[in-house]
Parts: sequence; C-alpha cells; structure tokens
Amino acid sequence: MAFIPHTPEDVTAMLAAIGAKGIEDLFDEIPANLRVKSLAGIPEELNEMAIGRLMTERARADGAPLSFIGAGAYEHHIPAAVWAVTTRGEFYSAYTPYQAEASQGTLQVIYEFQSMIARLTGMQVANASMYDGASAMSEAALMAVRANRKSKSLTVLVPATVHPHYQQVAVASASNMGLKFVELPYCTETGVTLVQSLKKYDGQDVTALVVQQPNFFGRLEDVDALTDWAHARGIFVIAVVNPTSLALLKPPAQWGTRGADIAVGEGQPLGVPLSSGGPYFGFMTTRMEYVRQMPGRIVGRTLDVNGREGFTLTLQAREQHIRRARATSNICTNQGLLMTAATIYLSLMGPQGLARTAAASHARSRELIAALTRVPGVRVAFSGPCFHETVLVLDRPVVPVLKALAERGILGGLALGGYFPELGNALLVCATETKTAADIERYRSSLSDVMHAARAA
Amino acid sequence: MPVREKVIFEYSHAGRGASDQWPQETPAAALADLPAKLRRAHAPELPEVGELEAVRHFTRLSQLNFSIDTHFYPLGSCTMKYNPKACNQYAMLPEFLGRHPLAPESHGQGFLACMYELQEMLKEITGMQGVALSPMAGAHGEFAGVAMIRAYHRARGDLQRNEIIVPEAAHGTNPASATMCGCVVREIPVDAQGDVELDALKAAVGPNTAGIMLTNPSTLGVFERHIEEVARIVHEAGGLLYYDGANLNAILGKVRPGDMGFDVIHMNLHKTFSTPHGGGGPGAGAVGVGTRLMPYLPLPIVGKDGERFRWLTQADLPQSIGRLSAFMGNAGVLLRAYIYMRLLGRDGMRRVGEYATLNANYMLARLKAAGFDAAYPERRASHEFIVTLKRQAREYNVTAMDFAKRLLDHGFHAPTTYFPLLVPECLLIEPTETESKDMLDAFIAAMSQIQKEAEQEPERVRGAPHTMPVRRLDDVRAARQLDLTWKPTAQP
Repeated sequence: MAFIPHTPEDVTAMLAAIGAKGIEDLFDEIPANLRVKSLAGIPEELNEMAIGRLMTERARADGAPLSFIGAGAYEHHIPAAVWAVTTRGEFYSAYTPYQAEASQGTLQVIYEFQSMIARLTGMQVANASMYDGASAMSEAALMAVRANRKSKSLTVLVPATVHPHYQQVAVASASNMGLKFVELPYCTETGVTLVQSLKKYDGQDVTALVVQQPNFFGRLEDVDALTDWAHARGIFVIAVVNPTSLALLKPPAQWGTRGADIAVGEGQPLGVPLSSGGPYFGFMTTRMEYVRQMPGRIVGRTLDVNGREGFTLTLQAREQHIRRARATSNICTNQGLLMTAATIYLSLMGPQGLARTAAASHARSRELIAALTRVPGVRVAFSGPCFHETVLVLDRPVVPVLKALAERGILGGLALGGYFPELGNALLVCATETKTAADIERYRSSLSDVMHAARAA
Repeated sequence: MPVREKVIFEYSHAGRGASDQWPQETPAAALADLPAKLRRAHAPELPEVGELEAVRHFTRLSQLNFSIDTHFYPLGSCTMKYNPKACNQYAMLPEFLGRHPLAPESHGQGFLACMYELQEMLKEITGMQGVALSPMAGAHGEFAGVAMIRAYHRARGDLQRNEIIVPEAAHGTNPASATMCGCVVREIPVDAQGDVELDALKAAVGPNTAGIMLTNPSTLGVFERHIEEVARIVHEAGGLLYYDGANLNAILGKVRPGDMGFDVIHMNLHKTFSTPHGGGGPGAGAVGVGTRLMPYLPLPIVGKDGERFRWLTQADLPQSIGRLSAFMGNAGVLLRAYIYMRLLGRDGMRRVGEYATLNANYMLARLKAAGFDAAYPERRASHEFIVTLKRQAREYNVTAMDFAKRLLDHGFHAPTTYFPLLVPECLLIEPTETESKDMLDAFIAAMSQIQKEAEQEPERVRGAPHTMPVRRLDDVRAARQLDLTWKPTAQP
C-alpha cells in the first residue's frame, strides 16, 4: 500500500505531458552511482488487516497494569469528546495556520487556549506551544537570559527537587548557549528547597531561579518566600507548575509580592493520554512586557479588510522563518494537536470539573499513602503536605519489590535510587481520581504480601 | 464555509458544565492539609459550558479549516500527503495510550519492538548507521544533529570549529538551530541553476568549519548535482555534512543520504512518513548518524539483548549529547510512522519517491505550457518546484500572495509563498504522491483561470479571498494592538 491513486493510463498521459519515456527519466540528474541498489532491511508491505493484527498483538503484550506511577505524567479521566473532536480530519490533517483565511478554526482554538492557560496560571500571555514540560523549562531559561537585563551571568539556579529529567533536558538543550545550571540542595527532612540554602548566592549575579510546584517529590515548596528572595536580588523566577494542581494551588502570577516572571509546565494532565511519553505539550506564559522575548507561536485577534474580526499568527518577527539565526528559538512545528485536545478538555472540565479532579486526586493519594504506610516496613520520606504524589521509604531495596508487584499486574511507582541515592530505598507513588478504593486496597494487600514473602524468605 | 463562531467564553454561564465528566465532589476536610497560604483564592475563570455546546463549538471551529482530508494542500516543503486512517487507529489502541512512560520494560515489549524496528527501518531507508527517535520536530532534530557535530569536534579537541555553513535558500530553522547550538552561521550562495556555488563553498570552509547543513533536493525544488563534490570539500576541510530531511519524500527509496556522504540527518516523520501535522504539530524529528557520530546520539534509544528490548542509557552511551525530552519524544507519532512504513513496505517506499516526483514534474510541465514561468526551467523538478510570478507582478500588479489567496476561493490551499526568499514572487508547489491526476488538473485549471483574471480583472485577484470565513486580516493591527487573550469587554 502506498496510497497512490494513479492508473496506468494516468501515468502514460503524465509522462507524455512531461516528455519523458518513463518515471526513471525523472531521476536522470542524480548521479547513477548514488542510486539505491537494495533495501533488503525494509520488510515487504503489510495490508491493513495484517497491520491491525500485529499492532493489536503488540498492544496486548504490553497489557493494562494498574499503575501508581506519576513522576511528571499523570493518568486522568479523558472525556470521550476530547479525542473524538481532536481527531477530526480538519484539525488532525491541517498544517500550521500560516494561511490565516483557511485556518480560522485552528487559530481560534489557539486564541482560546492562550486565554485559558493565562487564566489558569494568572499570567498575562501564553504561547502555543512548546514540545513538553521539560523543553518548556529549558526555553524559559533561555528566555530569562534575553529578558532579564539586570543580569549578565547566564546562571540559573535549579533546585534538586525539580524533575531530574527536566534538569537533564535543560543541560542538553541550553548549555550550548553558555547557560550554567547550578543545583540547589533540598532539606532531607521536608523534601523542599529552603530559603536559607540560597544565602550563599546573595550578592552574586544570577539570571533566574526555577521553582517547581508541586516539586518532583510531590511536596509543596514555599513559593512566596523563594519568589520574594529572588526578586529582591533582580533574579527572574521561572515557575514550573502542574496545570491540574492550579485548580487548588496559588497560581504563579500570585507567588510572593510580584509573582513569577515566566510560568511553564507539562500540559499532559489536560486531556492527553500517557502514551509512553508523548506526544505531550509544554505551555509557557509570561508578563506582557516580555511577550517579544517569548519563543513559539502566538495568535492575536484582529480585523479583516471588511472590519470583521478574525485570528492570525502574530509577533512573527520573533520566529525562525523571519529572523533566522537571530530568532528567539528554532522552534517551528510544535504540539498543536495536543494543545487542541487540552482546550477541549478545559472547556469540558471548567473551573468546577478541574477543581474536583484536583481535589479527588489529592484525596486518593492521601488514602493511598495512609494505606501503604500501614504495611510494616513502609514510611513516608518527608514531613509536610504533598499534591497527588509522595515519596515512601521501604525497609529493603525497592527494585525487587516493584518487580514482584509488576508480576501481579501492579506498577507500584518509580524507584528513586538512580536519581536520589541519598534517600535510600525511596519510592515515588501517585494516585489520581482514576483510582478507586478497591485499587488502593489491591496495591496495599499486594505490597503487604510481597514484603511479607520477602521477609519470610 | 461557515462564517464566524463565537469565542467559547461567550457561551459560558456560571454553574453550567459537562458535569457528567467530573469526579465526585471531595469533602473539604480531605484538603485540610494544604496550607491556606499556598491555596488558590479564586477559581480560574475557565468557560462553563455543557458537553454538547463544547462539541458543537469545536466541531464548528474545525469546519473553518482547510485540511488534507478536505482540500488539496500543495504546500511546498511541507509534504502534505494523505495521513492513512489505519495509522491513527492502531496507534490509539488503549494499551498504547495507557502505557506510562516510566512503566517497566516488562510492560513495554510490544511498544519497544515497534520502536526498535522503526529505528532499523529508518537506518536502512536513509543509509545511516544509528538512529535516535526522541527529537520532537524537525527543528528539534536539527538541534540534536548540530549538537552531535559539536560534541564530535570537542571530543577531538577541535574546539575552534563553531561555524555552520548553510546555503542562502535553507529553511529558517537551519540557522536558528545552529545558533542555539552556540554556532556561528555562514551563508553561501547558489548558482543560476540552483546548485551550491562550489567556489564560494571552497572559500567558506576552513579550520573553523564545524559542518554544512544541506537539504537535498534543495528548497529550490532541484537535486544538488554536485553533492559528492560538496561532501569532498567539506570533509577535506575537517567538517561534517548535515542532511535536512525536509525533502526526503523526493528521493525515498531512490537515493540515500548516507550514500551521498552525509554524516548526520534528521527526518521529518510528519512529512515523509505521513504522520499528521495536527495544525502545527506534533511532529517527530528522528535523527540518523554515520559511524563517526554514533557515540553522541541523544537518549533514550531502544536496544535489543537477545529477544528482549530495553532502553539504552548513559551507561551504554557515555558520550551521548543527553536527553532532549522528558521521556521518549513523541512516542505516539513514532507509532504512526512505524505503521505507515510497515503498510508501505520496501516497494511502497520506492513508489513514494517515484510518484511524488512524477506528480511534481507533471504539474510543472502543464503550468509551463499554460504560460507560467518556472524558476529553474532547465531543471527537472524534484517532488516540488517553484513558479515565479515576477512577470505577472510587473504586468498586472498581481503578486504571488494575491494568487495564493485567490486559490483559496477555488478550494485549494495555497502553495508556500515567498520562500525561498531568493526567488522573487514565488510559489513553491508540492503535490505529493497521494494526489490523483484529476486533482492536479483541477489545480492547473484554477491557476490558468486566475492568470486570465489577473489580466482582465486584476482587482478581483488582489482582493481575494472572497469566499472564506474572513478576508485578508490586518497583521499590523494584530501586532500593534495585541489582543492575545479573551476579555469580557474587549472589542478587536
């Protein structure tokens, strides 16, 4: 199958119009020694029935385990309407809306998305979109360097409590531009970043401070104190936030006295399936005064020649197709379809639905923690409140326990040993509104069995 | 087409909502542990609409779009081919959608098998030695590619090599990506036949050359005939060759970048391998490398031990440029590309290159016969070609933009306009292999009709479009009077 509709008569007529004897003639400008000899490594074609069977078998092989993993990707209920509408061909198979008159649908969705994300974060402007939460944080660091004219240092302070993969992406993506990411320690008792630990940076030239809320451990940082500390020293604050949590938690625009300067995050919780890690989307917001330093697509509302309102890509002079080497970013294709799904999701959830989702997730995670810590040998790692995930510590190595649970069809969380060896046998667990009391009990009793069996052995 | 759809906030009524979709309300006591000073004081002002209202609203919005499923979309350099429905359906099987990115390998052998085989097929079709799938768009792949080139030179102690050469016709992402890798960009000209000026290239290379970024066939819609000479010059100067895969569709199954001498490439899976463009993404910008750059590939990559698939880590690839996405890039897009490649198979891929090229050369021949000027009349078209409307602009004061907008009235998405920048009043036209001769003929007829209209009634063309939901928009007003978020009282 190659989805080519030509009949032999079509081909004959087309070659006659070109004045060529055969299709091969059309490649006669390519040096003969470069032509492909064999493609033995590509299998023969499959028809749709055969690929359907193959993919179904492979999907079944992966199964549908009961998962308590969070760590930056969260299982939430996605109303059927979200993807039924998102996968309509008119959204799914359209290009970036450069031809505004033929793309008003996509453009208006983006405008509505910008409006919703701005309201959720409390920030003044949003773009649409970045690749994922990690790349959004990295782009925010680059943007802070452009926008913070008080600093020349290219130094960004990143608490160790920021998602370790986000830190890795920032280093891989932004250090080529000279940015230096300095890791801040956390309090091993409470799992948060302490303002006292920032004292050593007093008087130093620092461009930005990243604050993730909730942090990688699920713990709530003292965002007001951290923000005010940074602003008192001319340091930008980059907020990394979970959009679901913002239905309950203080929006970044209200952190401290002046609010965060840039707020970014992973959009996946807003109607995007887990899907082995992508496609997701990153969102980015800022103050209006920095809008020209923002990377990525931005849509504005304007008028047409008849005075009728319409939507168009705007501030394009920031972008690579105009500014080339001097663009704010190289980003071009982004995550438009996921942004569309999120816009539909937020419309269906509204303020009440999102608040209920956040509250139910928080409640289920507290029930999970209460249940699991009843199992002998399990305790919480940190004191203080969390949002929908937390770190537990076991009295034995985590990996064999997770393996035994996985054999029972339960993914018990993420082992943190590879990321935070100082925490010992640490396990990050999450529960959202998708988990029932029976699910939680199943995890607890399985964990109890596994730990008991291990002890007996 | 429908005319206007209200902004969703205009449908909103306090207390309304798609409440059937919400979880049960949680008693306030369950939230008591969240400190008041960290709580939100006022609920975010999201729209409050019922499910049917939302479905109608977004369905109506979709109907304001042109798309491949509804219209011919001959957008040069974008490869707007049919996105097979099977690719979407089987990538969206519930187990694939529900799989957590950090789920153990024991619960991912099916997914990992697809990724591993996709890596292998991409290696074979491009003639490269290693592939990494995690870059999430073409520009992201470019970044990865240039970062690998830099890492390679650094590892050899060649610290001064920070110049990336690009032809003046290159995509804007090329220089932008090079800059983000901390490189300096040097542009070189192309000659009257669209090939790189070899003398200019020889003058540009030197001890600071990190590499050259090339698209082949180029953005001018012609094959770079001196590619072997270009490779020799750059390699002898100590630089590496980067292949921008934006135009890979033109040569799929016919010529391989690896055989042309390229050291590193990115592939736009959302172009060549037919994953959807989604109104601006998601794409996927997988990268391929020759042996020299293998140690620097970005992570994660899928490896195979016996019959088991597993993630390769920093321990396997200690010199990797690192991680470019939080997890596994656009995994769902990669699954769609995998399904597409399996559906096509070896022969299907060769036919893609052949029929994409046939369609473009046919359109070029017919448009020339209809009195349009090709930018490179002596050259074969690749999978796309450029028509220049310089003459029409001079004689009738009707520009390429006017033609593009008038095509919308005829039910065709406009070709790419004003790119590449060095051809005046240009339309870059890429039909792709999935369009029928009938569709191409209809487009050619529309072009001829607009040409006639430009002679007889040019203001009609200049005022186009006339039948779309909006007419030409005031971009200056959009940029000066920024209206980027909806406000209850705001009037545009």
